[in-house]
Amino acid sequence: MQIDHVVCAFCGGVCDDLTVTLEDGRVTGVKQACALGRAWLLGHSAETGQPPALIDGQPASLEQAVEVAAQILSQARYPLIYGLSSTYCEAQRQAVALADLLGATIDCCTSVCHGPSGIAMQAVGEPTCTLGEVKNRADLLIYWGSNPAESHPLHFARYAVTPRGLFTPRGRKDRTVVLVDVRPTASARAADIFLQIKPGRDFECLWALRALIRGLDLEEGAVADTGLTLAQLQDLAGRMKSCRFGVLFVGQGLTQSRGKQMNTAAAFMLVRDLYAHTKFAVIPMRGHGNVTGIDNVLSWQTGYPFGVNFSRGYPRFNPGEFTAVDVLGRGEADAALIMASDPVATLPRVAGQRLAQIPTVALDTHGSETTKVAKVIITTAPAGISAEGTIYRMDNVPLRLRKFLPSPYPSDEEVLGRIVERVTRLRGGTAVRREA
Amino acid sequence: MPDGKLILIAGRSLKQGTGLNKGKDSPEYREAVTTVEMNGGDMTRLGLQDGDLVKIKTSHGEATAKCRGAELPEGMAFIAYGPPSSCLIGAETHASGMPDSKGFEVEMERIS
Amino acid sequence: MLRIINGEVYDPLNGVNGEVRDVCVADGKIVSEAPEGKVIDAQGMILMPGGIEFHAHVAGGKVNAGRKMRPEDHREMPIPRTPLTRSGVGHTVPSTFATGYHFAQLGYTTVMEAAGPPLGARHVHEELNDIPILDKGFFVLMGNNYFVLKYIAEGDFARLKDYVAWLLEATGGYAIKIVNPAGVDTWKWGRNVNSLDDPADTFPVTPRQIVFNLARVQQELGLPHTIHVHCNNLGVPGNAQITLQTMQAVGDLPIHITHVQFNGYGGTGWGDFCSGAPELAAYVNEHKNVTVDMGQVVFGPVTTMTADGPWQYRLYQLSGHKWVNSDVEMETSAGIVPYRFSKRNAVNAVQWAVGLELALLIEDPWRVFLTTDHPNGGPFHAYPDIIKLLMDRDHRAEVLEGVHRGAQKRSSLKDLHREYSLFEIAIITRAGPARALGLRQKGHLGPGADADITIYPKAADPKEMFARPRYVIKAGEIVAQDGRIVKDKPGRTFYVALGYDRQIESAIRDDFEKYYTVSFENYPVQFDHYLPHRVAVACARE
Repeated sequence: MQIDHVVCAFCGGVCDDLTVTLEDGRVTGVKQACALGRAWLLGHSAETGQPPALIDGQPASLEQAVEVAAQILSQARYPLIYGLSSTYCEAQRQAVALADLLGATIDCCTSVCHGPSGIAMQAVGEPTCTLGEVKNRADLLIYWGSNPAESHPLHFARYAVTPRGLFTPRGRKDRTVVLVDVRPTASARAADIFLQIKPGRDFECLWALRALIRGLDLEEGAVADTGLTLAQLQDLAGRMKSCRFGVLFVGQGLTQSRGKQMNTAAAFMLVRDLYAHTKFAVIPMRGHGNVTGIDNVLSWQTGYPFGVNFSRGYPRFNPGEFTAVDVLGRGEADAALIMASDPVATLPRVAGQRLAQIPTVALDTHGSETTKVAKVIITTAPAGISAEGTIYRMDNVPLRLRKFLPSPYPSDEEVLGRIVERVTRLRGGTAVRREA
Repeated sequence: MPDGKLILIAGRSLKQGTGLNKGKDSPEYREAVTTVEMNGGDMTRLGLQDGDLVKIKTSHGEATAKCRGAELPEGMAFIAYGPPSSCLIGAETHASGMPDSKGFEVEMERIS
Repeated sequence: MLRIINGEVYDPLNGVNGEVRDVCVADGKIVSEAPEGKVIDAQGMILMPGGIEFHAHVAGGKVNAGRKMRPEDHREMPIPRTPLTRSGVGHTVPSTFATGYHFAQLGYTTVMEAAGPPLGARHVHEELNDIPILDKGFFVLMGNNYFVLKYIAEGDFARLKDYVAWLLEATGGYAIKIVNPAGVDTWKWGRNVNSLDDPADTFPVTPRQIVFNLARVQQELGLPHTIHVHCNNLGVPGNAQITLQTMQAVGDLPIHITHVQFNGYGGTGWGDFCSGAPELAAYVNEHKNVTVDMGQVVFGPVTTMTADGPWQYRLYQLSGHKWVNSDVEMETSAGIVPYRFSKRNAVNAVQWAVGLELALLIEDPWRVFLTTDHPNGGPFHAYPDIIKLLMDRDHRAEVLEGVHRGAQKRSSLKDLHREYSLFEIAIITRAGPARALGLRQKGHLGPGADADITIYPKAADPKEMFARPRYVIKAGEIVAQDGRIVKDKPGRTFYVALGYDRQIESAIRDDFEKYYTVSFENYPVQFDHYLPHRVAVACARE
């Protein structure tokens, strides 16, 4: 059987024109996908042979696991709910409901991905656009600290560099592509101009560009630390001012390096300044799965995009206080529910160590570094393969993930719904209200 | 750069991305996240050859990885996100929620 | 079943003006008799149909970007969870749960989201579904849509009509929204239009053509609500002229001019900025095909957000505040800028006066509705304050004394002595919006209507009365009592049920596949998932 127009849930590019072939209840072929999407679809449709749940390493039923999870979370004084990127919005809504009910802290992969871009947006705003505007209009593309060739492999072909659009009929020939990075990444091959800057000097480069675009005179010495010459910066500033529609794509090279939110704020302000000369947009290259979705769900339900704490009965937001790395790194969280991500593999080691010390409940489609340390593991059906729901592309375009392969495992939404229901009863409340 | 000191960039790689879909215990993923890349000149300076195991140290921890020459600026090393890179990163976020994950100093020494 | 006895009833659609009557409820509807069940003694209280928010920005990508960018706003109004209700944040860009509770606490039971981009329709519905209690619907941005411009440019009215019908179905939307027609299209290159005859960029069609053709489409499709127009040149001095021309451009065809206050200015610059309300009100008084809503300014902080990208950029330049812009491929744009209306600012004071002038000068209350264009002119929770300004001329004069003298010198407000009656307030907040939206089961208390009822304690001070209903009943159940939510339940979503020629799908497919970045097949919303509690509103073809 062949299924067309499949929406891929792996990266923030969310391609929606994949073709999947099914034979004997397995995915045997994937067309139109990149290496990441293909690996995701093939890797997550195979029978894992995992039991529905494990408690302290012993196979258990879903009911038992939900009961223990509910007990752990409702007895905790400072529970943390974290992850949520590789799942769909309906499940994310249940996770926020659970956090609200528990008075927990809830944080998502945003905080270690484009959290600093979110903080920058709160400070200065963000002039942006959807990816179709890039395809249809952009004649200058600047990638800064972003390596789409490895993080969003079809980005260049589908959205930005090569496609022909409404006002870019010649595709690649209508565009100039600039890559700014600290090393010649795989994306350098797609660029007309590669500008290698020194590590940790992004802010200085961006600020120098702002000055040049405002017509200020800089001396060579002022940019000596950046790794670029004044002439290189002047050339780039000139291109930015004279293009018809420019787009600055910012990556984790900005958010994870010295300066963090100052870097992204500088990028956003640079783009804002360019409106005095032309049309420009900035787009954070948001990464994993539906991380843009959890940002949105948290924002509409609590007002804040990540790092939200409910311990006073209402949402509070404070990066550095209620973000996962901090809550775990300082040893504050005394229980955790981790879903659709693998913090033990990716967060700083002390954060992962804390998850091993406290009772951790993990929901995942298959084993991970985090399930290795979790007390309770519940296996769930993979989003966009065996579970359906809403996913947000990195530019906030919502699409519907479909379910095309049956799974013996429940969806994230269902498991969280059960935990919410059980915790409500443990707290002496009555039935749970909110359905889909 | 003094001997053994390099600036480490942790980031995504295609192999890390495809490997994690095959499973965190798959040889592909392990290979992808335990390889550290650096400039040929730095490798010579440190007496390293492709495939040598190195110990990478920061004030937060240490990790072991296999080294490989790559097109990188002098003084810089790259490692894909994964358990080894997370051992090298501290939990201080300077009130941002984001740890210093790119562009920090590491000390590297050959262990085999 | 429920019987409400001894209350003073204001039900303008049924001609009931303050008579004491029983109102009976069964199965969520108003019925003529309810022999048994709970009885509410409304002695000394006032009954009105549930309030209908005619135009507010409460759900979707633009609203959510506004929430995300304003943590400082939320900290002004944290809302704790209760055993019955979810927590949230309030003030100018409240969270979804807080939006539903807060409207219900004010006696409102229906809300229309004023502007959603088709490409973001799923997002709009996801948020609408997380707004508890209220019934809702959303207006679909079409005034700068590629296919709308294309079919107007080609003079292909049949295709235009089919496309609009297809788009309403694809989005689960309710009405045609037009924002700065042609202007937003040119904004995609950083420009704007400033007359009704300046062409768009993608196709050489003018605002005049766009408004006129969509007004015809609305009539021919028999859509329950007229075209809902945010005019060109919003916010700028002298824009009352283009508003007037826009109304004239549709001739006798029905048109709604939204947040007319923001398009009701005279003068040639900020120096001689003044009210243009009298001229607009005179036109509206003479033309029964026109309805308007106020877009009243409320002094204090607001979050401005519209699809009018070029205006929001201009407001950023004027205010220097943080600024979000978001252009949506093939369809529209959006801009967001925090702002603060100040009593001491001459322009702001005139803006405040213009909204009130329009409400007081337009004689027919069925054609002017109470809105603040939430959260642009002010937050919706300021409605009780505005009602008091309309009902009490002494109070109005007192407030006018306290604002910048410009409001007295450059508007006619000080000379207006009209006072709204409770009957008229019931019209501009319920009956009128229901009629204009074509929601026949809303806005009245006759048999067959949805049992959405607000019971206010009668008080001398209208602000006090309208701020805290004694009971709010939604679909026959008490949802709020004395400002407390006592029942939390999902509301329903209105959409329009249309017939059209399916050939339009093959007509648009080629351009769609070339210029959008989502598959044609993945564009339409799945009704079962995004409109789980839906109500079809029939269209009356001519």
